[in-house]
Amino acid sequence: MLPFTVYFSPDVFFPQNYPLYIRSVPSQNELKFHYTVHTSLDVVEEKVSAVGKSLADQRELYLGLLYPTEDYKVYGYVTNSKVKFVIVVDSSNTSLRDNEIRSMFRKLHNSFTDVMCNPFYNPGDPILSKAFNGIVSGMMVQTS
Amino acid sequence: MADESLFEFLHMEIVSHIFNEQQSGKGEMDNKDRAACISLLEAMGFRVGQGLIERLTRDTPTFKDELDIMKFICKDFWTKVFRRQVDNLRTNHQGTYVLQDNKFALLTQFSAGKQYLDQAPKYLAFSCGVVRGALSNLGLESVVTAEVSVMPSCKCRWNTNT
Repeated sequence: MLPFTVYFSPDVFFPQNYPLYIRSVPSQNELKFHYTVHTSLDVVEEKVSAVGKSLADQRELYLGLLYPTEDYKVYGYVTNSKVKFVIVVDSSNTSLRDNEIRSMFRKLHNSFTDVMCNPFYNPGDPILSKAFNGIVSGMMVQTS
Repeated sequence: MADESLFEFLHMEIVSHIFNEQQSGKGEMDNKDRAACISLLEAMGFRVGQGLIERLTRDTPTFKDELDIMKFICKDFWTKVFRRQVDNLRTNHQGTYVLQDNKFALLTQFSAGKQYLDQAPKYLAFSCGVVRGALSNLGLESVVTAEVSVMPSCKCRWNTNT
């Protein structure tokens, strides 16, 4: 079960945090995933604000495992333009290693950059791009 | 390199197209029309800036604070977009930044002194928009203006306190 969510948050003046894209396989339980992802946003915020204060050179975009619940593992990634990606994976799927999750986030980020550069896309709208959809489907099929 | 002139020509045509469109309805252009054209150009630049910054910051580590962002804008961003290094950056440490480029890429073809000075603002609107779009996507809302006193040098000023 792998839902992907992309959150857009230009966080200085409009602390909105609404999803631009959410997808899960299988598609029941989507509401539960919405909830999990929303709560994990708090953890993301916490990590992001910790980056400024910590002395260690923690400047990676990949945030790693956010928190493990009984059923799921949640991974986060934040771009420089404050867009947050969250991946939720079933805990029973132990074959997914850190490297693979990182590469998934990179692919997502690349795909998102292409969506942003599309002149027909207005930043802040839900993402309807077929190419983006295709990349996400490819990732979910590969891991389920 | 041919790709530099491609954008310069396109930009010149964009500006002249927008101004011609506005003018074709009436005979004279008043200040309100001129302002409308300039804001249209700036809005175009804004969207381009947003997309550009997403691509350019894809591989850079997270920015720690506003100063980091400004350093990025003045070094990497300016170099990639205008193919030159910024000559001078000043700040009053309270949110206002003034950046000076002595040979601004889009103005070099005009003149080397004060000729055509009154036409310059039209050609700076797009670039101001690009900078504003870049800053906005990095989380800083700002107002960006540009002024020219002697071609082709231009001063770009922005205020992040708005």
